[in-house]
Order: sequence, then C-alpha cells, then structure tokens
Amino acid sequence: MDYFSILVVDDEVDFLDTIVKRFQKRNIDTVGVTSGEKALEAMKERLFDVVLLDIKMPGGMDGIEALREMKKLQPLTEVILLTGHGSVETSIEGMKLGAFDYLLKPVKLEDILAKVGEAFEKKNAHEEKIRKAKIKELIRYPSRAFDIDQLKDED
Amino acid sequence: MESPSIEKEHLFSSFQKRIMFLTLTVSIAPLIILGITVYAQFAKYSRITAESQIRYMAQSQAESMDLFFRKQTAILNAMARTHSFDQMVDETFLSQVFDVINYRSGALIDIGVIDVTGMHRAYVGPYDLKDKNYSGQPWFDEVMSKGVFISDVFMGFRNFPHFIIAVRRSEGKHAWILRASIDQEKIEGIVKSAQVGRSGDAFLLNRDGIYQTNPRFEGPVLSKSDIDPRSFGGRMTLVEMTDEKNRPFLYAGSRLNENKWILIVKQAPEEMISGIFEVQIFEIIIITISALAILLTAFFTTRMSIRQLLQADEKASMFQAELLQMDKLAALGKLAAGVAHEINNPLAVILQQTGWIEDLLDEEDVRGSPNFEELQKAAEKIEHHVERARKVVHNMLGYARKMEPRMEDVDINQVLSQTIAFIENYSKTKNIRIDTHLYDSLPVIAGDQSKLQQVFLNLITNSIDAVGENGIIEIISWVDNDHIFVKITDNGPGFDEDVRKKLFDPFYTTKKAGEGTGLGLWVTYNIIDNMGGAIHPESQKGEGAAFTVDIPIIPPATK
Repeated sequence: MDYFSILVVDDEVDFLDTIVKRFQKRNIDTVGVTSGEKALEAMKERLFDVVLLDIKMPGGMDGIEALREMKKLQPLTEVILLTGHGSVETSIEGMKLGAFDYLLKPVKLEDILAKVGEAFEKKNAHEEKIRKAKIKELIRYPSRAFDIDQLKDED
Repeated sequence: MESPSIEKEHLFSSFQKRIMFLTLTVSIAPLIILGITVYAQFAKYSRITAESQIRYMAQSQAESMDLFFRKQTAILNAMARTHSFDQMVDETFLSQVFDVINYRSGALIDIGVIDVTGMHRAYVGPYDLKDKNYSGQPWFDEVMSKGVFISDVFMGFRNFPHFIIAVRRSEGKHAWILRASIDQEKIEGIVKSAQVGRSGDAFLLNRDGIYQTNPRFEGPVLSKSDIDPRSFGGRMTLVEMTDEKNRPFLYAGSRLNENKWILIVKQAPEEMISGIFEVQIFEIIIITISALAILLTAFFTTRMSIRQLLQADEKASMFQAELLQMDKLAALGKLAAGVAHEINNPLAVILQQTGWIEDLLDEEDVRGSPNFEELQKAAEKIEHHVERARKVVHNMLGYARKMEPRMEDVDINQVLSQTIAFIENYSKTKNIRIDTHLYDSLPVIAGDQSKLQQVFLNLITNSIDAVGENGIIEIISWVDNDHIFVKITDNGPGFDEDVRKKLFDPFYTTKKAGEGTGLGLWVTYNIIDNMGGAIHPESQKGEGAAFTVDIPIIPPATK
C-alpha cells in the first residue's frame, strides 16, 4: 500500500485512541484529535490525504462546520464522515458539501481501511488530473513555465 | 356510566327532537296565524256583505210595497176625481168602475161609496154591506181629515184578513169617500218574495207588533209578534236579535204606510255567510296537509342529517385512531434513532478494542501462549455479537444508509421476481412452493427499488416463517385506478384481531426469542407509508394470512 496520512477526529477518546493505535500498527501516518477546532489546527500545520471525521460531537464546532473549514484549508484532502444512525441526514448533507462518503458506526477497521483506500485513490486521481491540466496549460502558455519546478517537487 | 355510543345516540336523538320542534314551531305557527287572519278578514267582509244584502232586500221590498199602495191609492183617487157623487152612487155605474179598476189590478175585493154622514150609499162586492154606517169607525174621521187612508189588516164583517184604502172627494160643499177592500194576499205575495234560504223570513208588522202578513215560521196573520216594533225606529234599521229558540238572527226593518207598518226581513247570519264555513274547512284542510308535509319533511331531513353527522363522526373517530397510530409510530421512530446513536457509539468502541486485542494477539510472543486460541475465539465472539447488535440497530432504523428514498424506474414485477429468486432456495429447503400470478403490463413507476425489495423480502420471509414447512405462498400483482397492488397470501396459521392491531408496532414479534427482532413489518410499514401507499393485512385465525401492498403509481416522467 502507498504511504498515506490520516487525520482522525472523534470526541470518543476510547475509540480515537484505539483506532489511532491500530492505524499506526499498520504503519499508517495517523494523527488523532478530539474536536473540530483541534483538527483545523492540525491541518494548518501539515497536509493529510484523508480525514476521518465524526459528524456528531457534543459542544464546540460540529462536524459539518469542521468539514466546510477543512475543505477551505485543504481542498484536495478527502473527508470520510463517521456517524451513528441518528445523523444519516447530516451525513448526506456532508456528501453534498464534498465529503467522500460516510461510514456507519460501529464499523470494522478493514471496512474503514477499504474506504480510506478508495478515498486515497480518488485523491491521487484528482491530483493527477490537475497536474496533467497544468502541463497542458504550460504547453499552450509557455510563459507560465515557472510552475513546472513546483510540480516536479511534488512528485 | 353509559357507554359513549349510547350517550352519543341519546345526544343525537335529543338533537333531532329539538330540530323537529324548532322547525315545526317556526313553520307551522305562521301558517296558523295566517289562517286565522285570513279567516277573520273573510268573516268580517262576509258579515258586511250579509248585512248589506239583507238591508238591500228590506229596502227593495219596502219600495215595492210603497209602489203597490201608491198605485192603488192613485187609481181610487183618479176614479173619485173623474166621477161625481151622483154617478158613483148608481150601483150599476159603480160596478162598471169596479170592473175597470180590477181589470187592471185585480186587487180589489169590493168597492163602496160613503157619504158625509158615514152611510154606505153604494156597494159593489160579494157581501151585503150597503147602508151600513161607518161614522163611528176611527178611520172615517181620519180619511175625512187627511183625504187618504190605508187601514191595518183586519177581519171585519167579512171574516177574512183584508185591508181597506179609502180616498175623499170634495165636491162643492160636501165630501164623499170612495173605499175599496184589498185582499191581504196581494201584499202577502210581495212580502213572501223576500223569504229566502232555509231560515229567511219576511213579514209586515203594524205599530202594535201585530202580523199584517203570514210570517214563514211564526204565528198567523193578526197574531201578536214577539218583536218590539220600537226597535225599528228609523226609516231603515238593522238589528241583531235572538229568536225564541235563542238562535241569532239579523233583522232589517223598513218603515212604510206612513210609518204605520214595518217590513221586516229576517235571516240567520250563518246562512248568509255560509261561504265562511267552506273557507274554514278549506283552510283546516290546507293547514293540516301543510303541517303534515312540514312534519314529514322535517322528520326525514333531520334523520338524514343526523345519519350524515353520525357517519362523519364515525369517520372522524377512525381518522383519529389512525392519527394516534401514526403518532405512536413516529414517536417510536424518534426514540429508536436516539437509542441507535447511543448504542452505536459504545459498540464502535467495543469493536475497535476487540480489533486492537486481535491486533496484539497477532504478535509473535503472544501466539505461543497456551490460551492464544481461546483469546482469539473470545475476540471473534465479541465481534460476532457486536455485529448482531449492530444489525438490530440497523433494522430499527430501516436500513438507515438508504434513508433518503432514491427515485429510479422500478418494474414491480421485476422486483418481485428478483426477490423470489433470492429467497427460493430458502423456501425450497422448507418445501414451500411460491406461486406467482403477475399482471403482465404493470406500469413502470418512479420509486426506490432496494426499498421495495426490502418490503417484499420482509413480507415473503414472514410468510415462509409463518407457514413453517410444507405450504404454498401465492403472490399476485394487479393495477387498479392509479395504484399497483401486490397481494402475498400464505396458508399458514394466520393471526387474530389482537395480533393484527399490533402487527406494525416496532419490536412486536410472534417468533421465538432470538429469531425475530420485531422490526421487519415496522420498517416495511414505514417504507410503504413514505411512498404514500398502504399495507392491508387480513387473516382469520387458522386460515392463513394475506398482506396487500397498495403502491400509488408515480409515473417516471414526474420523478
């Protein structure tokens, strides 16, 4: 599996700690935080490929609000929503706001990993598309050549 | 305490009585008032008419009488003035005069000439009255002084009722009298023509109240009448009096013969206004018929309205019961959603913790532990039961992942076929045959295929579980009036009314503990309800059960 990074956001500490440990045991670069605000701070520090976001967190910023801010900070990062049954409608709203998909708790780690894998592939494909579009643009407009080095660095 | 239905019936019956009473009062009272008014007016005008009629009769008869007297007096006057005393005392000549007069009028019985001394000097007639002296008679002086005299009716020497007319002739220094007797029947004839109807009477009275003509009902001519002539003071007087039998009568009296006689016309008022009784009867008939018609109309219309009210009331009660049921299900749904969230979060933690245990068990030094397999099995068991709990919660929310109905083109027959194919192996193992009679040209509708699949799967699985082993399940589809119907019938044990009422309640199950969650039909109900449809269960205990799913047709074009 490719190297990728995950940010897990959940106020249920027992769940959060365990899932972070299990991801890390599988050599996945994982960061866990317990609130939307902390998640946004973490995202200001560094890039993540995928965010696992619990949609229903009592107090503070709710999942949908956090999602909106995350998409502003890192538009290419895919967000997978985690939800209990009470908030399926909210999850659908989240999908409309650009979330990749949602998972219903309780969910096995294998299912989470599969979904994360899909999200990662989508992110890669998306980035690939943008890169190709930029190359095309460079061929058409050589004056914008200064971007090429930047693109090369990302590879 | 009375049961509500009896109470309601009582309420409606008193309501009906009140409406009837009001309708009758409001409609019949004016009818009666109108009847009375019309009757009173009619009676008033009838009375006026009757009075003027009787007045007119008395008047015209009196005029006829006056005319008769004037005519007789004029003839006698003419004879006396055109002939001398010497001519008239010649009885042969007088006889000729008598014949001439009687030839014209025929009213005279006899005629005579009386000299100034009162001596009857000449006489023509059937009696022997010549040489009788009248100087002592009161009328002699009157005729000598006034010139004309008409007597009352009397018997006289002749012994039958008659009256006399006498005129005076002054010839030079001496005067003489021409006197004639007139048959009383002549005036009787004139008076009798006013005796009309069954009770009408007409007669002449003199100033002493003696009958001058024969009345129709009372005592003969020349007898004394009960009527007081003084009651008839004026020229024409109308009086209402009772007769000896105490019946009311109208009397119209007209004075004649120099006020000596009164012509009286008598009539029972009710006879004259007999029309009033016809009006009375006619009115009573009309009012009775109208009242009866109003009564019947009021009765039937109130009965009809009450029946409609009862029906509406019944419908309202049914609707209310349905609403209550819906409310109950909605409340339970909310509760279930809350519970689901609260359960799912700890389940998620348990699942992850178990997963972590399994992760750790994977490490080599643990693998060597003698309890390794037991630990691994325990972790698997925990996962299995978390999965079981998760399923319960998922079911409870009606497959929450697809909560939002997706609109796609759905062929119900195809959904049924797929569902049956999916479940066929299961039914075969239990030796249950599934027969299908699907209507060929069911329209394609806009709907959520997977949800409909879930509905049919739940219903068919329930049927299979109800039958148990060795049975038949029949599935029919048809279209009726913008609705598609799917009926699933089994020959299982069926259910009774009590069970039917609770069928769609969540967590209600007739299956053994651990076999059913009691959520299948609840979820099914909610899916169909969301589509605007309905499920009709029907069964008799011991005679199988049938569920008819009613799905409104939403054409794909409008999705």
